[in-house]
Amino acid sequence: MDFPDELKYTEEHEWVAIEEDVATIGISDFAQSQLGDVVFVELPEVGDDLEAGKPFGVVESVKAVSDIYSPLSGEVVEINEELPDAPEILNTSPYEDGWLIKIRLSNPQELDDLLDATAYQELVADE
Amino acid sequence: MRYLPHTDADIEQMLATIGVADTEALFSGIPADCRLTRPMELPPGLAEADMLKELRSLAAKNAQVSDWNSFLGGGAYNHYIPAVVDHLISRSEFYTAYTPYQPEISQGTLQGIFEFQTMICQLTDMDMANASMYDGASACAEAVLLAVRAAKKRNRVLISTAVHPHYRQTIATYCRYLDIELIDVKTVNGVTPLEQVEPLLDERVAALVVGYPNYFGCIEQLSDLAAGVHSVDARLITAVAEPLALALYKSPGELGADIVVGEGQSFGLPLSFGGPGIGFFAVREKDMRLLPGRLVGETLDLDAKRSFVLTLATREQHIRREKATSNICSNQGICALMVSIYLALHGKKGLRKLAEINYARTNWLREQISALDGFALPFSAPVFNEFVVTCPESIADLKKRLEQQQILAGIALGRDYPGLENGLLICVTEQNSRQQMEQLLSALAGGKQ
Repeated sequence: MDFPDELKYTEEHEWVAIEEDVATIGISDFAQSQLGDVVFVELPEVGDDLEAGKPFGVVESVKAVSDIYSPLSGEVVEINEELPDAPEILNTSPYEDGWLIKIRLSNPQELDDLLDATAYQELVADE
Repeated sequence: MRYLPHTDADIEQMLATIGVADTEALFSGIPADCRLTRPMELPPGLAEADMLKELRSLAAKNAQVSDWNSFLGGGAYNHYIPAVVDHLISRSEFYTAYTPYQPEISQGTLQGIFEFQTMICQLTDMDMANASMYDGASACAEAVLLAVRAAKKRNRVLISTAVHPHYRQTIATYCRYLDIELIDVKTVNGVTPLEQVEPLLDERVAALVVGYPNYFGCIEQLSDLAAGVHSVDARLITAVAEPLALALYKSPGELGADIVVGEGQSFGLPLSFGGPGIGFFAVREKDMRLLPGRLVGETLDLDAKRSFVLTLATREQHIRREKATSNICSNQGICALMVSIYLALHGKKGLRKLAEINYARTNWLREQISALDGFALPFSAPVFNEFVVTCPESIADLKKRLEQQQILAGIALGRDYPGLENGLLICVTEQNSRQQMEQLLSALAGGKQ
């Protein structure tokens, strides 16, 4: 299982990559392996305002359907257009091709609440 | 005999567990003046034979379509039900109306539902249909909810006033405490023209709902409406109260509808004083995951044999909880089976022929009535098996006069449509013979002298 060091993580198993004031958000390798084969992804629209801790989308696998929680607050500036037609890339490439959305941060201080790779790996080890 | 499975000891143990002194204490919330303190005033018991006699005499007070000359339609249609429908649904394997909760063990039930879904798709020309809804009205209300869900930031729904009044009331009830704005669209010449809809179309509109045929029996110009509604990315919902019309007229799917809902009672269900009905609900593939209710899919089992499963259950309440697409967790199992048997029995050709008989008789009678002194056709739009006439005398008087001849002339429109106080909605099916129609004509004409 993969936990790239350059990413931040949440207890809800999302990951975050920061580039200036834009955050790319996805679900972790652990999350996709727990879900199993992903068959459907529902994403917000560009322009939607997200609030940290609130659900912004849905990932459905053959086993379960799960809300995805926004790790940070901000406005959606881009969504992964590939996902509706190829949801399986969430399984094959959770950190690269399977990114979900990009948001422009409205409250960068929230970054302090995120976990680093080591802390997240410890959390996962306990589950 | 009362069915009380708990022994006194069981009851005592349960009461002790929750800390209540006696059973009576459980009802302490009901005020004393709401309680009946004496026995019910019921007549003494009867012997079986006497009881049957009594029930038969009560039943004889009903006006039944088998004895009366009925031209009532308005959402419940008097079609002939072949004996095989009752015979087959009475098989004990089918004799539970409930969707099984351990579904895959009941392959026959699932196949029956799958066939129903398939035939609804063929009839409506839509991509997929669910396992059925309670009735046409609730299916129509759920269609409105789906359209608003799909449109995300839009909350306005346009509804033609020619949609069945009960359907409109049900939509209003479903939407009462939701942030959904319902706007009536007026009709012209019995239909909902695009000119009436266009001024209301903007990016706040999630959907337009029209009847097909509508409550006046008229055929709406669906392709025009679909083009208009699609120009603002809204959905066209068609509510079909008489689906037999789809065997003759172009289907809503073919004409561009996005959601097709309706009532399936015409296909093998008795009138039964207004119920039960069976709703159907069909959508395009794009709305697949927003569909309410249960859905049966076809698959292959381990031995590569054709089999059936409940599918896409992640839309449903037992998995999605408060985010489910609907709180309907069931379907009208036995009624869906009746529809499946009825449709399979008639086949494509048989259904078309039946629709042609309905159409021909209706249009013959419509012409004959319009030729009677004082009677007129307020609408010129094409009809299927129902039409509106305006009458030279008060509808209440006319109905009463014809009832004395055991004729149910039609439905008075004044209550639901102010301005149509002298309008009568008349329905003709294959059950109305030439002789019955002539009897109606002479009775109508007889009132003028």
